Amino acid sequence: MFEKTVAELSRALGRKEFSSAELTTVFLERISRYQNLNAFITVDPERSLAQAKAADVRIARGEGGALTGIPVAQKDIFCADGWLTTCGSKILSNFTAPYDATVIDKLNRAGAVCLGKTNMDEFAMGSSNETSYYGVVKNPWNPETVPGGSSGGSAAAVAARLAPAATGTDTGGSIRQPAALTGLSGLKPSYGRVSRYGMIAFASSLDQGGPLCRTAEDCAWLLNAMAGFDARDSTSVDAPVPDYTKTLDQKIEGLRIGLPKEYFGEGLNPEIAQVIQAAIGEFKQLGAQVLEVSLPNSQLAIPCYYVLAPAEASSNLSRYDGARYGFRASDYKDLLDMYCKTRAEGFGPEVKRRIMIGTYALSAGYYDAYYLKAQQLRRLIAEDFRRAFEVCDVIMGPTSPSTAFKIGEKTDDPVAMYLNDIYTVPINLAGLPGMSVPAGFDARGLPIGLQLIGKYFDEARLLNVAHRYQQVTDWHQRTPKGFS
Amino acid sequence: MSLDREQVRKMAHLARLTITEQEAASYAETLSRILVLIEQMNAVDTTGVAPMAHPNESGLRLREDTVTEPNLREKFQKIAPSVEAGLYLVPKVIE
Repeated sequence: MFEKTVAELSRALGRKEFSSAELTTVFLERISRYQNLNAFITVDPERSLAQAKAADVRIARGEGGALTGIPVAQKDIFCADGWLTTCGSKILSNFTAPYDATVIDKLNRAGAVCLGKTNMDEFAMGSSNETSYYGVVKNPWNPETVPGGSSGGSAAAVAARLAPAATGTDTGGSIRQPAALTGLSGLKPSYGRVSRYGMIAFASSLDQGGPLCRTAEDCAWLLNAMAGFDARDSTSVDAPVPDYTKTLDQKIEGLRIGLPKEYFGEGLNPEIAQVIQAAIGEFKQLGAQVLEVSLPNSQLAIPCYYVLAPAEASSNLSRYDGARYGFRASDYKDLLDMYCKTRAEGFGPEVKRRIMIGTYALSAGYYDAYYLKAQQLRRLIAEDFRRAFEVCDVIMGPTSPSTAFKIGEKTDDPVAMYLNDIYTVPINLAGLPGMSVPAGFDARGLPIGLQLIGKYFDEARLLNVAHRYQQVTDWHQRTPKGFS
Repeated sequence: MSLDREQVRKMAHLARLTITEQEAASYAETLSRILVLIEQMNAVDTTGVAPMAHPNESGLRLREDTVTEPNLREKFQKIAPSVEAGLYLVPKVIE
């Protein structure tokens, strides 16, 4: 059961081969058996099974939809009514969400079963899951390595077959990079496609929720349920949601693939370069044309991002003051002291670093040199993509400059950690949709991800292109040793 | 550009974070390294480029000024660190 994709499980549930309660039990047992991965922060079998039984009733009445009865692991950044929602932080260690995020609400309405809340970097600030207050997550492909981050728990859970699908969020690569490092298909939709309501804010002009699944087809199924206009999110775009599964099989003959020369330069591991070139070869076989494009400002995306994201974070995280919810320090002498101690004890070092960088970039006398400058660069980066898409339909390249690295290898050097997202960050700055799909393995047997970048709101094309690739390759069907 | 301990203490204060002397030294070192990374931005002349605040440039929607949310005071206060008579309690601010 646990080896099946969402699409296969949905068909099996519809044919009543097994019930959602049985299916959910299988996954809950696997979650418990593979606890050492530390993929989940919270599981609540009773609550999950109650949802599964309700789904079975719906299915029996013939009222089930595509996702009815499908267990989905939820990143612990999404508020889910009655569930502990920690965002990977001590400061929310006692926060039971009093309402549902729109993504949670939509998946509940679709009849999906919440399997639990997955581990993540604290406030989604990290690329390895090592900043979580709840401990590191292990990569199922090699437990000595990281699963990537910040949606590392979601990625590890799906890769180890502890869940058929999971939600993630992506501010600078947090869906795509863990998908690459764990051999999954992960989609970051266009900014405005998926509601951010109830998704704990890190950097509001960059954050976007999306699915982590085994296949592009499953991502299409999940996105169908997750996407759509939401009046509760002021940045939600009021555009119709196509049925993303309907266009998966379209032929891609004549597709123009742009390869940004800046994505194949120095700093890219040669094994990865080789795998990406082989993947491009597959697309040529499928009838695609390949041409070189240029994103000249993409090298400055990381510096630009490390102004904008911390600036927005310093503002967003000012709400954690110990007054209304969450952790409060136990010993303080006045209100100011309560704030300062609560935040000092409640936030981890990486979150504090980013809050202070953001505070600095926004402080009097530095605003123009940092924040304004970064916003101007952001436009140049977005313009690079606009120009590239005048001559191509999809841009491709590596998702990450390296495969999964050793736990602890980069924790002492924040700058080295930030450079993991060198190929993913520009897409968030431009607000475009991006995907990572498995494209091969390195010599140590660790997965390599191919990144696909689309035009604004062109998710259907990305999913179509990724699906066609998965029809002629089997990288996405590999299971890490010990989990089959 | 690098940050010294005094500037780190100032940022920590603005951000409402208590930090120890030892932490100030360590943050000064790591934050300075991050600033060196950030200052690579200066390699590009951006004179006259309009700043981009977010990717959704069709502009933000307006809505009617009407009540759309239910009152969930009790539910919200159930998860608060300290409440009394429907109010959130914090240390005394006014003598």
